[in-house]
Amino acid sequence: MSILVDKETRILVQGITGREGGFHAGQCQKYSREFAGGGGAVVAGVTPGKGGQEADGVPVFNTVAEAARETGANASLIFVPPPFAADAVVESVDAGLPLVVCITEGIPVRDMVYVKRHMEEGEAVLIGPNCPGVITPGGCKMGIMPGHIHKEGTIGVISKSGTLTYEVVAQLTEQGLGQTTCVGIGGDPIIGTMYIDLLRMFEEDPATEAIIMIGEIGGTAEQDAARWAKENVTKPLVGFIAGQTAPPGRRMGHAGAIISGGEGTAAEKMRVMSECGIHVTESPAEMGLTMARALGKA
Amino acid sequence: MNIHEYQGKELLAKYGVAVPGGGVAETAEEAERIAKELGGTVVVKAQIHAGGRGKGGGVKLAATPAEAKEAASQILGMTLVTHQTGPEGRLVKKVWVEEASDIERELYLGIVLDRATGRPTVMASTEGGMDIEEVAEKTPEKLLKVPVDPALSVWPSTARRVAYGLDLPADLVREGTKFVTNLYRFYDEMDASLVEINPLVQTKDGRILALDAKVNFDDNALYRHEEVAAMRDEDEEDPLEVEASKFNLNYIKLDGSVACMVNGAGLAMATMDIIKLAGAAPANFLDVGGGASKEMVENAFRILMDDPDVKAVFINIFGGILRCDILAEGVVQAVKTVNVNVPIIIRMEGTNVEKGREILEGSGLDFTVGNGMADSAEKVVAALNR
Repeated sequence: MSILVDKETRILVQGITGREGGFHAGQCQKYSREFAGGGGAVVAGVTPGKGGQEADGVPVFNTVAEAARETGANASLIFVPPPFAADAVVESVDAGLPLVVCITEGIPVRDMVYVKRHMEEGEAVLIGPNCPGVITPGGCKMGIMPGHIHKEGTIGVISKSGTLTYEVVAQLTEQGLGQTTCVGIGGDPIIGTMYIDLLRMFEEDPATEAIIMIGEIGGTAEQDAARWAKENVTKPLVGFIAGQTAPPGRRMGHAGAIISGGEGTAAEKMRVMSECGIHVTESPAEMGLTMARALGKA
Repeated sequence: MNIHEYQGKELLAKYGVAVPGGGVAETAEEAERIAKELGGTVVVKAQIHAGGRGKGGGVKLAATPAEAKEAASQILGMTLVTHQTGPEGRLVKKVWVEEASDIERELYLGIVLDRATGRPTVMASTEGGMDIEEVAEKTPEKLLKVPVDPALSVWPSTARRVAYGLDLPADLVREGTKFVTNLYRFYDEMDASLVEINPLVQTKDGRILALDAKVNFDDNALYRHEEVAAMRDEDEEDPLEVEASKFNLNYIKLDGSVACMVNGAGLAMATMDIIKLAGAAPANFLDVGGGASKEMVENAFRILMDDPDVKAVFINIFGGILRCDILAEGVVQAVKTVNVNVPIIIRMEGTNVEKGREILEGSGLDFTVGNGMADSAEKVVAALNR
């Protein structure tokens, strides 16, 4: 078991004829062949105006609706450039796809405000934007993460960051702790799915034994999640917040990573998480070790 | 992106938001001419990207054009130090000269994005002219927060809630709602990330005016607002940060001595944290990004070495899209072309890490290779103390 993606996932790539989209669609296919027995593969691509073509053997369609109808695709992975990416999300949501993962970095915040509003009534799940994607080791890689560092197992991973997610996965694997599913939720101010939704999914997933959440400075999502987890999560929870040394008022790379008005500091987030019973580590080198300790394995 | 007060007021005026009449001047003579055109008493205000200008002596009242000239000559060229500039202060190159307002009440009005709900939120308070964070903390009942449904934008009922919340007198409610509606339209259409009018004033002659204007824009949306992008004032930014932005590098200058080069913003912040935990301080935040090329790595290195405070370099890369061999080639090339006289500690993991290590070892250059984040950070500190 896992959450969001598995061998039954049939991926559609929006922007498959672009450089990034083409490269990563190929990497996802490779993972499917080498690690997932051909499951969780890319079955379609979408680029308006290029319908009828093929990209590395994958059929390309003009619209998401057509691609889903023809191929049975049930999840969309987006590599469309920032000015058009929000529109790509809306197209997939309107076509009725239950899962949309948007990798694109640099989408205007206002576009995402409108997308989020548009999605309020529906059931579709959006992961990202500005994220590495989702991977269920041995099931499906739907994103840009290096697949080989992951290992099948029982830890659920939720993180705002890309490379820091790889770091925590590598540390978990080093401790002999595999993962059920790893989700990069994205570093933008407005993202489709926040910690709480994923904590709920991992709590309900019988294969997930424990959860690690990696946060960043800015906003209050981690504090909100910690308070929710205190009441609703029974599984061991480990946490880390990046940006303990970040100066106030400066945007640290990610559009959402900014401390304003004393709100969103790492210290504040870690304090609330600890108070809510989360095993918090101050050291980014000890995320895996802290999990092993929480499980009595170190 | 930040802009100056005078630029903010010019943009707001285009959206029908009431601002005092005024003009921008780079010389005392220009300030005198603007004061003469405005007539009556004027306020001469230093234009820098920082708050607290009044306390630092950057805002002066002038009753006559001659006084305005005198005030401008004092302010122009001064290095203004406020609680937001840091001790080094900012050189004042422009002043904004505006008609003085006869103030009845000082209010607060702002629009920000509530990240938890994904909705823009209008904030209003009768406690204008004060630090709004302080109001929010000490007297939260005096801060009215009105969420806006982006699908509707601000409808009259929403704007009226704000106007009545500000205790505007009956004959000013209509003007108040217009002010709120136009301010929201500006915020939304111009892709602002923050608009703050502090103070918003009610004048004795029955007007509502934006006496100050703080406007920030979403950098990701600047491509569709050329007019705003052209307002960027590089003099207000750190020169190394300006240089880095030319190469699409995400660089922020800090005051420690360990330069960092990392791929990914989250890992870059975590790297700063581990340096601190090891007992040193980071000299910068630098995210070379997921798809960095050899050239980008080289340029990044040059920028790191331009900081005279740097005593060691810590390179921490988790190869995903950015392959370790590409990074290693970039570093080797950079060290050969840029004059590097401080120790370099490299930690690499992920895609093509073996190839990357071979390139570093085969270069004949003096690198220290770390094993994991903690070990690498300790090696950095050891190198500093050597």
